[in-house]
This record gives sequence, structure tokens and C-alpha cells, in this order.
Amino acid sequence: MKWGRTLSRLAVAAATLSVWLLPADASAHLVNTGFGPFYDGLYHLFLTPEDLVPVLALALLSGLRGARFGRWALFVLPAAWLVGGLWGLQQQAELSLPYLPAMTLLTLGALVAADRPLPLPVVTGIALVLGLFHGYSNGAAMAQANLGVTGLVGIGCAVFTMVALGAALVVSLKIPWARIAIRVAGSWIAAIGMLLLGWTFRGGS
Amino acid sequence: MDRRLLIVLVAAMVAWPRLALAHVLGGEAAGFWSGLSHPVSGLDHVLAMISVGLWGAQLGAPAVWVLPVTFPMVMALGGMLGLLGLSLPGVEIGIALSAIVLGFMIFREAHPPLWVAAVVVGLFAIFHGHAHGTELPAGQSGLLYSIGFVVATGLLHATGIAIGLLHRWSAGKLALRATGVLVTLGGLAFLWRAMA
Repeated sequence: MKWGRTLSRLAVAAATLSVWLLPADASAHLVNTGFGPFYDGLYHLFLTPEDLVPVLALALLSGLRGARFGRWALFVLPAAWLVGGLWGLQQQAELSLPYLPAMTLLTLGALVAADRPLPLPVVTGIALVLGLFHGYSNGAAMAQANLGVTGLVGIGCAVFTMVALGAALVVSLKIPWARIAIRVAGSWIAAIGMLLLGWTFRGGS
Repeated sequence: MDRRLLIVLVAAMVAWPRLALAHVLGGEAAGFWSGLSHPVSGLDHVLAMISVGLWGAQLGAPAVWVLPVTFPMVMALGGMLGLLGLSLPGVEIGIALSAIVLGFMIFREAHPPLWVAAVVVGLFAIFHGHAHGTELPAGQSGLLYSIGFVVATGLLHATGIAIGLLHRWSAGKLALRATGVLVTLGGLAFLWRAMA
């Protein structure tokens, strides 16, 4: 009985081993695996730091200003992203604004680091402009990749999730030093923007 | 026995993969890692950045976070100047002086006004940033490099702050002051090399 159980376990282990030892190429990028345009869009945000870092910065900024600001950013940013994306899909021509990513990071990071009171329309306006520009850029790129509206919806969902998580985290922080940590993160984002600005001026990527 | 066998089998499986082409796009991973490793590639930079955290910890709030915020931001400005190709005279001397001055401040447990401490740290950060900016390797993802670079700098400051927590104890205070002497001596060695 005991031998039988051991043999069956060995058989399971051997079968598992044989499957695991002989994998096909693990081409994990969604272009290869073909999870579909929605998931391609969803993952796009997490694979594109040019989009992800500004979204996080805006989440931190709106979270620092409070739950009301966070709620506005939560809906305005993904909506603007979708509108901009649809516009880009139609135009199918990428914007040539090489300094935009650096300036976005620099501005948003500096605002987070400064932690000054900003009116709601200003923060919402930043979310609107950010969403329109980045959405347009994504839409134009997705038109060329044939991902279409479904891909844009995927990106919109990812943006919504990131803003919800980021802003909610910051709003929930009650310890004084945690707010300072968020401001330090803002200064890092601004520093990244400044370096990227120099890099862009030099003609790098 | 079964469990040991299973562990061996799992270890064999993990150690025996074939290709895993998981999102490593051209140059991007290299950009992040080279950015992350660049600030720790030279002892002169490491000494200065840890010293900023140490001095901040000695000074206490709000300097403990103002100085580590000032340094990366002004360093990024210096890096931008370096990337733009603007020359800055005496960069290596400035870097060596940063270790000498910061080490001396730690040794003396100097408590200048906050703005003076921030200006001192910011001034030296320009030299460090400029040196990094002119040394940036071409052909990598600028954004990922910058992220790695700033994160590494911040972590070095955090290391300094963590060591600086020794300041709570009298023996720790002495140890920090001794560390200040070592940093100053290191700075003098770098200055000697820069002048040679």
C-alpha cells in the first residue's frame, strides 16, 4: 500500500518533470501569445513607463489633495484617455512632441513634491490634458498595430485601476511621515523628468 | 523522503528552462540596470550620497528628508547640463570636495540653518550630476535609465539615513563622527587623485 502510494507520487513527479523540462519557447509578450486586443491594451500600460509613471504621478497628486480630487481624476483621466485614443485611431498619425514625456514627469513630480493646495479644476484639467495627449499617442500607435477600440478600452481599464489604487492608497495614509514619503516620490519623478529632458535634448530615446 | 525528492525535482525544473522571452525589449532592461548601477559604480559618489543621508539623520526633521530630496533634484539638473554638453570646470575636484565637506559636517555634527545645509548639498549635487550626465551610455532607454539612476541615488540616501539612526545612542553618535572622519579622508584621497 505504502509502496503503491510512493510509486504513484513518483509517477506524478516524473510526469510533471517531463512537462516542465520540455517547454516550448516562452514567448510571453502578448503580441506572440495573442491574448487579444483588450489584454494587449491592458498590459500596454504596465509595459510602457512613458505612460505608467505619469499615471502614477497623477494618482499621487490627486490622492494628496483628498478623496474628492481622487474621484474626479479616477473618471476624468481614463475618459480623456479613451477620447484621445479614439481621436488618434482616426488620425493614425503620431504626434511629434519629443519633450512631452519629460515635461509631464517634471511638472507632475514637482507638483507632488511641493504638495501645495491646488484648486479642483486645475488637477482635473491636468488629468484631462494628460489623458488626451497620452490617449492620442496610444490610439495612433494602436491603429498601426490593428488593436482598435478594444485595445483602447483595455488601456482605459488599466489607467482606471492604477489611479484608483494609487489615489486610494495616498488618501488612506494618516501617518505624517507617509505624506512626506509621497512627496519624496514626487521629487524622484521630477528628477527623472529632468534627466529625461536632458536626454531628449541630446537626441537620445 | 518524498518531500526531498520533490524539492530536488522542482529545483531541477527551475534550473533547466529553455528560452523565456518575457518582455525584454531592445535596450530597455539594460537601460534600467545600467541606470541603477551607475551611481554605485564609483566610491566617490557612494560616499557623498550616503553622507547626505547621514548628515540629514544627524540634523533630524525636516532636514532628514529635505536634504535627500534636494540632492537628487539638483543632481538631475547637473545631469541635464552634462547631457546638454555644457562644460563645468573642476567636476572631479567638486566631487572630492563634497566628500571632504560632508564628512567634516558629520564629524562636527554641524547644525547650520536648513537652507544653508540644502544649499551646500545642492551645490555639490550639481558636480555629481554633471559627471553622471557626461558619462551616460548611448543607445539605451532614456526613461528607464533615469528611473534606475534616481532610484539608486535615493536608496543610497536611505542607506545613509538608516545608518544615521545610530545617532540616537551616545556610542552611535561617536561612531557617526568617526564615519565623518573616514569620509573626509576618502575625500582627501579623491582630491589628491583629481589634482594629480
